[in-house]
Amino acid sequence: MLTRRVIPCLDVADGRVVKGTRFVDLRDEGDPAELAERYAAQGADELVFLDIAAAPADRGPLLDAIRRTAGRAFVPLTVGGGVRRVADMRRVLRAGADKVSLNTAAVEDPALVTRCARVFGRQAVVVAIDARRPVAVDADAGDGDGPTWEVVVRGGRQPTGLDALAWAERAVDLGAGELLVTSMDRDGTGLGFDVELLAAIGSRVGVPVIASGGAAGPADFVRAVREGGADAVLAASIFHRNRHTIGEVKAAMAAAGIAVRLGEAVAA
Amino acid sequence: MSERPNGHGPRVAVIDHGAGNLVSIRQGLAAVGAHPVLARRPADLLGAAAVVLPGVGAAGPAMARLRRRDLLAPLVDWLAADRPFLGICLGLQLLVDGSDEDGSAGLGVLPGRAVLLRGAPRLPHIGWNEVRLRRPHPAFARLPSPVHQYFVHSYAVEPAPGSEQLVLAETRHGRPFASAVARGRLLGVQFHPERSARDGLALLAGFVGMAATRSEDAPAATAPRPGVSARC
Repeated sequence: MLTRRVIPCLDVADGRVVKGTRFVDLRDEGDPAELAERYAAQGADELVFLDIAAAPADRGPLLDAIRRTAGRAFVPLTVGGGVRRVADMRRVLRAGADKVSLNTAAVEDPALVTRCARVFGRQAVVVAIDARRPVAVDADAGDGDGPTWEVVVRGGRQPTGLDALAWAERAVDLGAGELLVTSMDRDGTGLGFDVELLAAIGSRVGVPVIASGGAAGPADFVRAVREGGADAVLAASIFHRNRHTIGEVKAAMAAAGIAVRLGEAVAA
Repeated sequence: MSERPNGHGPRVAVIDHGAGNLVSIRQGLAAVGAHPVLARRPADLLGAAAVVLPGVGAAGPAMARLRRRDLLAPLVDWLAADRPFLGICLGLQLLVDGSDEDGSAGLGVLPGRAVLLRGAPRLPHIGWNEVRLRRPHPAFARLPSPVHQYFVHSYAVEPAPGSEQLVLAETRHGRPFASAVARGRLLGVQFHPERSARDGLALLAGFVGMAATRSEDAPAATAPRPGVSARC
């Protein structure tokens, strides 16, 4: 049967993997191709490069990292950040990526999702949705008219007023082959994934849903699948510096009865 | 893009029919010792020991590009001569009579159609799933059965009634579908060996090994093959 995927995410700026509290106090974690190779050897089912600088004018280092990774880590690679046109997507795929992830660009130009899917197939188009629960303005919040989760863009800095559940359905209608759902309430907190958000989106769409934001340890991955129904689970910092290995996470998932890919038949 | 990755083994022509990632398959072939070259026109097939037809996306545009590059007839000739051939994902789906995805016609080399994976829990079918061999095959010689390989697709090849013996391996997503087909030295896989880590590279190595075998030494389509551990 189809296994649930464990996906390490590499935040890349100027060709290096960085980690900090999102976007500030960035700490150098190493070369993306080297880290990618290490994670693939640990059993990563896919890899995500997120270009957090997302400077369209200077994509040289990222493209180079994609090229080097494609020759060393033979698992699928998704690249997000800075893709605003079909031509950007073509460049990233030609460098060796298998999918692109569209976030702010998809919200600002929904037709971009359709154009990319038409040229490269919907399986190559991931729409990333950053969502958060609106701050309660009064005691009635929650049973009023507002959405339960709101889409935010530009790394979480800008609210859009969009209902995350409605946007998820629309993104799939537009051509998304997969959704990468990040809870901005949980991202970087280590409080676990927002399983209610995952379940709400998963029940509304027919495409795979990747959970993101909040992982602190293997038990969170189990909950994302068991309670959130996630098809894949993504995390960044918990894998850096080997705080947890991919193997540990997968072992915990397998122990909970979740189908995962454990090891490989052919030895290294 | 005349870049030549390393590998001094058999020359393998990778058909370039437009958009998408051709880096992984070339890197994968190079990693198992082959010498991949991009093929954009008929002359590029000269001197090749094997042809790989990769691809993702829709069948119609891919067929149109192959036609525009005059590659349709050489491909059909190559397959008619039973020369070593690997079709990956869309490259497998192009071999049958047509695709339900956009109603386009395929190469018609294998009887059947590419049909939507009805009844699947989620589509596209994305991720690592079990490939279960129905019979041994030299390209799978180093792999157990079942073995996990990476999939990303919504359509799969359904052989025409009476041609079910084409199915080499099956995978289940909602219902079983043909995840590999084989006839003679034609091999088609719905998954992506170039993205399936070491177990995928082992399959590419097995295919390149087949390509390195001269045709008169090649096993007949029905001959038993040694060295396969079948756990199923």
